Amino acid sequence: MSADTAEVDRPAPVVPGVARTSGTDGGEIVHPGRDRYHDVVAAHRDAGFEMLADLSAVDYLAHPGRHLPDGVAPARFEVVAVLLSMAQRRRVRVRVQVPEDDPVVASLWDLYRGAEALEREAYDMFGIVFSGHPDLSRILMPEDWEGHPLRKDFGVGRVPVQFKEAPGPR
Amino acid sequence: MTPESRSLLSQETAEGSQEMASRDATAPAELEREVGAVLRLPEGGVVNASDFDVERTDDETMIINMGPQHPSTHGVLRLMMELDGETVLRTKPVIGYLHTGMEKTGEELTYQQGATNVTRMDYLSPLNNELVFALATERLLGIELPPRALWIRMLLSELQRVSSHLMWMATNGMDVGSTTMMIFGFRERELVLAFFEKTTGVRMNHNFIRPGGTAADLPDGWEDDVEVILDNVTVRLDDYDELLTGQPIFRERMEGVGAISAEEAIALSATGPILRSTGVPWDLRRTMPYLAYDEVDFDVIVGTYGDNFDRYAIRLNEIRESVRILRQVLERVPAGDYRVQDKKVTPPPRARIDESMEALIHHFKIFTEGYKVPEGEVYVAVESPRGELGCYLVSDGSSKPYRLHIRAPSFVNLQSLPVMMHGGLVADAVATISSVDPVMGEVDR
Amino acid sequence: MGLEDLQHNFLTGRIEDLVKWARRNSVWPVTFGLACCAIEMMAVGAADFDISRFGMEVFRASPRQADLMIVAGRVSQKMAPVLRQVYDQMMEPKWVISMGVCASTGGMFNNYAIVQGVDQVVPVDVYAPGCPPSPEMLLHAILTLHEKIRTGAITRRRGAPAGGPEELAGWVPERPDAVRLGTPR
Repeated sequence: MSADTAEVDRPAPVVPGVARTSGTDGGEIVHPGRDRYHDVVAAHRDAGFEMLADLSAVDYLAHPGRHLPDGVAPARFEVVAVLLSMAQRRRVRVRVQVPEDDPVVASLWDLYRGAEALEREAYDMFGIVFSGHPDLSRILMPEDWEGHPLRKDFGVGRVPVQFKEAPGPR
Repeated sequence: MTPESRSLLSQETAEGSQEMASRDATAPAELEREVGAVLRLPEGGVVNASDFDVERTDDETMIINMGPQHPSTHGVLRLMMELDGETVLRTKPVIGYLHTGMEKTGEELTYQQGATNVTRMDYLSPLNNELVFALATERLLGIELPPRALWIRMLLSELQRVSSHLMWMATNGMDVGSTTMMIFGFRERELVLAFFEKTTGVRMNHNFIRPGGTAADLPDGWEDDVEVILDNVTVRLDDYDELLTGQPIFRERMEGVGAISAEEAIALSATGPILRSTGVPWDLRRTMPYLAYDEVDFDVIVGTYGDNFDRYAIRLNEIRESVRILRQVLERVPAGDYRVQDKKVTPPPRARIDESMEALIHHFKIFTEGYKVPEGEVYVAVESPRGELGCYLVSDGSSKPYRLHIRAPSFVNLQSLPVMMHGGLVADAVATISSVDPVMGEVDR
Repeated sequence: MGLEDLQHNFLTGRIEDLVKWARRNSVWPVTFGLACCAIEMMAVGAADFDISRFGMEVFRASPRQADLMIVAGRVSQKMAPVLRQVYDQMMEPKWVISMGVCASTGGMFNNYAIVQGVDQVVPVDVYAPGCPPSPEMLLHAILTLHEKIRTGAITRRRGAPAGGPEELAGWVPERPDAVRLGTPR
């Protein structure tokens, strides 16, 4: 899974010079840096990726180690945007690394209006700030909730249940 | 803006304040989107904000709150609507009233247990949730399923689509005012649920489609049961067609209401019947097939105007197309294994556990510790009755998902609700919500 | 002057029976379907399982007009205050059925987001377990509630200290094995 592997049947990269890998499912993944993220997605949009299928985030705090191409420094958070081209019937995943101490990344709202709710959810669950978002507020949790639930250092919040049995695997 | 009306906009409610920005703070880009809403500009073309008189004095408009408990049967959705008299200007859907932390729970359960969690998201078509989770896990595992497993899954998925759309027709009829449709819709749905109970053991939230195949084979005599369902549904669909489609009140309430254009739908990432009602023939079963959908014959139903009536017609006819697929499945289901014969992934049959020590150990390990899935990440999507249902799964090599994210179609489709309701009447709000068909379980997860 | 002032005698016994009969034969639920259990609740309202034979098919949207709140589904942190508000708006006498394991105890979701049992928020009369409870189970819960109304006190005040003999601590139905569907009373 190294970058720049030229395979015969793979479509040409939309934005040359950006690290590109193949996913486990054979899908195409692009790894722009945080500064080029918005431009890369805009280039994809112009190249025919009309729809943003999904946008979410992952907290890699407790992950043992993931495959990244050379030149991409892993950070704690990753924002993953799945772009869909209906004409070409394919999807491209755009993964951008977001550091923990400065969790700000550009918003895709001006390119895809559908990013609004998805980015709000990523903010609510992970605390990643999307600059340029029209209304970045909590969407799933109550507005005065403190903490970001899907971060790995936020506990599940399990209430101990009084059973007289050995503690289970969880 | 008077100070009083400004404070009204950031009213403290018992749940905290939910603010709507005042109108003069709205950026021209967003104003353009509002003013360019569908009924006046059918192509969704670019509008110059200076061409329209967007100056309004705010004391003409009021903000009312609908929900989260309300007569519409579509769950705990709260709408803050800005009204000018009876006309809806801007809407803010407020969600989160059913947030269950399922994505967090998914990180605590093994892959074998994952279906129990995921199935409760879209509770009107639970087998689809299980299917997408199982497909994602199988991609990570790199296993291929035997053909019978694929066809059984397809059978269940299409039956689920029939039951979900019948449920939609029932609740849509109820929301629009036809209680008869509510009773009728549930009648057929009971047939399908009885079949599910016979096959999977429960009427809802089945936990049947698991990574590796399905939990059990189809019971004896299933072909007759499915035939009975198909015959009944075919006949009664014509009844429902007659009950609703030509009925003047129904047509008045649905035609031209809640319209959305194709450009707006694509920009808002709407999929499923909403996108197809605008004329875009995007159905994942046809365009990016999974299971064995490329081997069966069916049509993709599209609408023209993008209004509520188009979405009703699409769902009605999708039931017919599902019946068509089911008849083909009935004839062509291959014999064979209903799950992959990989001992590390699928538990052994119960009888084997008494005979073989290995089988016992495998069963034990799979159900307590779980099987380990190689490290990686994958995004898989299927066509649920509501649109593109996707699963983004990140694995760290252990027996539990590292990150489970479900791209819920209703969550994304709800963003098209303000555009649909813009310029409509308050009384149409319930009908429009109903035609978006949100299932709050998957919206909030 | 109200029902509380009546002394117990033969005539008031009859009146009590009449009042209880009237109350249990027209318990109107408020629409409080939250999640998957709501679908089974709607199925109970539909033709195959018909609660109209018990006089209950009118699900009132307004809590002022309702007697029963069937909390059908998981109650999240954001929804709990709303639940309490709707419950407070209902007029006495009112009952609560906690339908499903999520409403009864938090169910399979023991995490930050779900209230672990709706009895943390409102007092519950009948718990109906299941995930979701099949319509027959919900009907059994409803009939248990009818039995409770039939044998309970009509002037029971919620939250009042358990004083009189009619308090419901330790209540068991008089005919626990005979809660049959459709038995006329």
